[in-house]
Amino acid sequence: MGQGNIRIQNEDFSVEEETLRVRESSRRIGGIVSFLGTARDFSKGQEIHKIDFEHYPGMAEKRLSEIREQALKDYDIIEVTIIHRVGERSIGENIVLIVVGAEHRQDAFRACSWCIDELKRITPIWKKETTPKGVVWVEEHP
Amino acid sequence: MVKLRFFAVLKHLVGKDELALDVEKGTSLEKLLNKLVKDFPPLKEGLQEGKILVSVNQEVVERSYLINDGDEIAFLPPFAGG
Repeated sequence: MGQGNIRIQNEDFSVEEETLRVRESSRRIGGIVSFLGTARDFSKGQEIHKIDFEHYPGMAEKRLSEIREQALKDYDIIEVTIIHRVGERSIGENIVLIVVGAEHRQDAFRACSWCIDELKRITPIWKKETTPKGVVWVEEHP
Repeated sequence: MVKLRFFAVLKHLVGKDELALDVEKGTSLEKLLNKLVKDFPPLKEGLQEGKILVSVNQEVVERSYLINDGDEIAFLPPFAGG
């Protein structure tokens, strides 16, 4: 498992460990906000049996780093961690984690929300859902 | 020689995830794409409608970009991470 703030990996991550890592990055941090995305069993009226994530190695990590850098510039925050899993995922598994540490909670909430929205918009990661009717490559990012 | 890479649903439409191509010096990305849609018609609609993003060396570029030897050109369908 990687140790950096930006990671794309097959292995599961620990929300507690990543939160602690952000917390320990600065004693100025007074609030930590995190977003955890998990694999759910229903989408667009269909049961989902499993999800496969694919990414463009290199470009995906670059985009996540850009998101982190932009968030640090645009919001009054101190640290950001973004981790996205790829490969075959079962329902209920962890998919993505964003942890934001800031002095105050308002910008931590805003930055975290912005980061996941931006991840969905600009990061070359794709999702294939296996349903009872077959396999579907997801196009929209809700 | 340039390397073309196809991701997600495009791999299945094209039938491969990578393709090496000899490209004449000074060829624009636009010209390459026009040729590609003749060889792989399923790409046509997505490229014309802008649903398929095209990157060169992991950066999105203008269609007027002049291709260099060794470039990696990737075809990226709509993202769905998170």
